[in-house]
Amino acid sequence: MSAVDDKIREVLEAHGRLPVAASGLKEGDDLYQRGLSSHASVNVMLALEDAFDVEFPDSLLRRDTFRSVATIRGALESLGVVVAPG
Amino acid sequence: MSAEGFREELLSAGLLADGGLAGVYHRSFEFERVAVAVGAYVSRAGRGEASRRLYLGPVQARTTLEGSGYVTSFPNLVGVVSSFAGTESDVPAFLEELEAGVDWTDRLAPTDIALCSAGCHPIYPLVAGTTLPDAGERVEVQTWCFRHEPSPDPARMQTFRQHEFVYLGSADGAVDHRDRWLEQGRELLGALGLEVSAVVANDPFFGRTGRLLAANQRTKELKFELVAPISSATPGAISSANYHEDHFGDAFDIRTADGQAAHTACIGFGLERIALSLFLRHGLRDEAWPSEVRTRLALDVDEEVR
Repeated sequence: MSAVDDKIREVLEAHGRLPVAASGLKEGDDLYQRGLSSHASVNVMLALEDAFDVEFPDSLLRRDTFRSVATIRGALESLGVVVAPG
Repeated sequence: MSAEGFREELLSAGLLADGGLAGVYHRSFEFERVAVAVGAYVSRAGRGEASRRLYLGPVQARTTLEGSGYVTSFPNLVGVVSSFAGTESDVPAFLEELEAGVDWTDRLAPTDIALCSAGCHPIYPLVAGTTLPDAGERVEVQTWCFRHEPSPDPARMQTFRQHEFVYLGSADGAVDHRDRWLEQGRELLGALGLEVSAVVANDPFFGRTGRLLAANQRTKELKFELVAPISSATPGAISSANYHEDHFGDAFDIRTADGQAAHTACIGFGLERIALSLFLRHGLRDEAWPSEVRTRLALDVDEEVR
């Protein structure tokens, strides 16, 4: 597990209002099915921007971007966040 | 016909009077009679459905604006009532400013009253912290709403009425309420001779976070609008049918019998917009409208009463 994934899970734990512990999420788990609401996904988005010092462009402000730990990591990578091998 | 052209026609026919600010109008009795008839028409269609039926004034508690999340999602549209909060000793300076023509509104402070944001919002605090009956709860409500979005288009008034049917209960019940009313609304408005279609829509959520909320709303097909020409050939929303998931149930701690946050849905009919659609479609004198439309709206009955 990479440091980036850890940080994503920390953000999800703090802002996702999920009924399950974010540390137990598999990277492909559908966060919406796990209880991530639209409004919570907005808070996750803002917290990710703070945590990784990035700004999601309009093209990434879509539901699919925040669907799983893996899709979030993919979006961050596309913004230049370096994902070190875990 | 452009929206500006139709606005001029409405003003010269005396159906509306210019309130002096963009999007602010006074309604003639003739306009009002149609708007009220539209409210009564949709109300008749929902007769027997709601256990609670309420007419609301144009204001609500400011806490409702906050609790509903409206102020977070639409800060650019809200209105909060301000009033003079000083003491008598502040009055001379206040009057001096008034006379000098400088900005006196600095002397005002926001009160705990806000203008009403949407027809269903003031309903949720009424059942906050309660457990709903097994069958859920249905409320019919007519409300004056306010949106701060000045526009020359008469379809975009800053104050207008929504006539709503609201459901609170299970997820299935909420989706069923929205879908059933969307279809019924399409039939009701189509029967008035309007060219109505149902489209997937999103609320105009504010800013970057709003773009994500809007994308979510569209992807999940939570909001539908019934659109028709209102002030020009370009169709606009005259009604909207919404499934809020458990957003309001969670925000106001409204529970179902199984302890879960209630899901809610509503359909809102925009009385001014529907009235405008009718004037655009059938002409500016309602006396000359097709008799079927007049009958459905009971306009002739009302004429006799007058």
